[in-house]
Amino acid sequence: MSAGASISRLVVPRRGQSVWLIVLSAGAMAFLAVFALALAVSAAQLAQTWSAALSQTATVRLSAPPEDIDEQTAIVLEVLRTTPGIESAEQIAPGDQAELLEAWLGPDLPLDALPLPRLIEVTETPEGPDRQGLRLRLSAEAPGAVFDDHTRWRRPLAEAAGRLRAVALVSLVLIGGVTSAIIALAASAALASNGQVIRVLRLVGARDRFIARAFVRQISLRAGLGALVGTALALGALAAIPQAGGDVHLLSGLGFSGAGWALPALIPLLAMILAWLASMTTAFQVLRGVT
Amino acid sequence: MIAFDDVSHDYGGGRLFGDVSIKLDQGSFHFLTGPSGAGKSTFLKLCYGELTPSAGKVLVMNKDLQGLSRNDLAAMRQRIGVVHQDCQFLDHLSVEQNVALPLSATGRPVPDSDVADLLSWVGLASHAEALPPTLSGGERQRAALARAVIAAPNMLLADEPTGNLDWDMSQRLMSLMIELNRMGTAVLIATHDLQLIRFAKSQINARVLRIARRKLQVAGADL
Repeated sequence: MSAGASISRLVVPRRGQSVWLIVLSAGAMAFLAVFALALAVSAAQLAQTWSAALSQTATVRLSAPPEDIDEQTAIVLEVLRTTPGIESAEQIAPGDQAELLEAWLGPDLPLDALPLPRLIEVTETPEGPDRQGLRLRLSAEAPGAVFDDHTRWRRPLAEAAGRLRAVALVSLVLIGGVTSAIIALAASAALASNGQVIRVLRLVGARDRFIARAFVRQISLRAGLGALVGTALALGALAAIPQAGGDVHLLSGLGFSGAGWALPALIPLLAMILAWLASMTTAFQVLRGVT
Repeated sequence: MIAFDDVSHDYGGGRLFGDVSIKLDQGSFHFLTGPSGAGKSTFLKLCYGELTPSAGKVLVMNKDLQGLSRNDLAAMRQRIGVVHQDCQFLDHLSVEQNVALPLSATGRPVPDSDVADLLSWVGLASHAEALPPTLSGGERQRAALARAVIAAPNMLLADEPTGNLDWDMSQRLMSLMIELNRMGTAVLIATHDLQLIRFAKSQINARVLRIARRKLQVAGADL
């Protein structure tokens, strides 16, 4: 090898416990970061899916004496048909209604004997109706009708998904912070254990920037390597989680979809950038204390 | 080149030497002698800023070392070749990479032929690929001298550079340093070896400095 060949790559010995500490910690943190990222992405997707599924549907629940129920149903359907923003309105068949209730009340309950309210499934146009106006018309023409646009279901679901995403993002920030702290400690240990290297480089007139770069380069590459392995393992683990077909569940749907799988590729890059910043800062601090 | 202005240095709670004022001019050749522990190595370290004086000023190329920024101090060291008594190397790099370090670590081109020529001159051509821990004491000193002079420094500081060498090799290295001096490099060598001093004085005009009883004395008489 030529005497002067890329000496900055070579001046720091490639050994020492700090090397393994950097690789392992970056790998572990990248593994966790992939899961936190997957949770953030899945929570956002889930909130969007739930909102989309519920946002253009509504239900009218109609309670009336048995002798008036058919007439009231017809009135409600007519009101709905003539309301702008309503695409369709259809009464849920008694059989389908019984099926829905069976899950909650069991198969043996005599549903025929119970005074069940009529349910009308409403599909809205993308613009949607004037909900307040519709409620007023329904209360005037069919006092027993209640228009339920699912807001009370949708809001807590969206809030829960939003908080879950916030927790995941905070986790990512914490993971980044801990990674930086570990790498700063490892950089400090690497510099301390290579006092001879620093002394010799100082003796021959090397500047702090050259010495710091030699250490930072090695630390950043090792952090990147560890993060790459950690990310690959985490993606493998995510891919191994059984998927739940078309249904959307948080646990079975944890992961990325389509181009979203490229998102974790940023983690090794970010790990290298964090390692570079943390180790460069530490290196200059340590070198300032060495004559 | 180097000027000590009323310099004192304390070590371990006591004064090692004090009130030292001397100028070492460009192209000068000095030996520094004195009993063990008198402060010869400390004197050399003060010359290139590894130590700072307890009192007084050390000026190198008309600049006060204590007032230099870290980058300026590094730039200053690029113009001073140093041979340490304990020959510090990067033990995981080959001898030729260590010898080239003053150039490669400061962004200057490293002509491979220069490294090879210099290693031949100090008798280490066959050890170019060897690692420093595999060298003998004498070989390490020769490699350290090659490293100190490869960048053609303005000043060469050497601490017992021939301590582990036989007389033939000592003469050879001294001849190299005399040659450098003739080309304008100021040389300051800390040594106990009176025979070596006589050898040098037979060829050039060398002055002898002596640290004794906490003072620096200039020997005027022939040794």
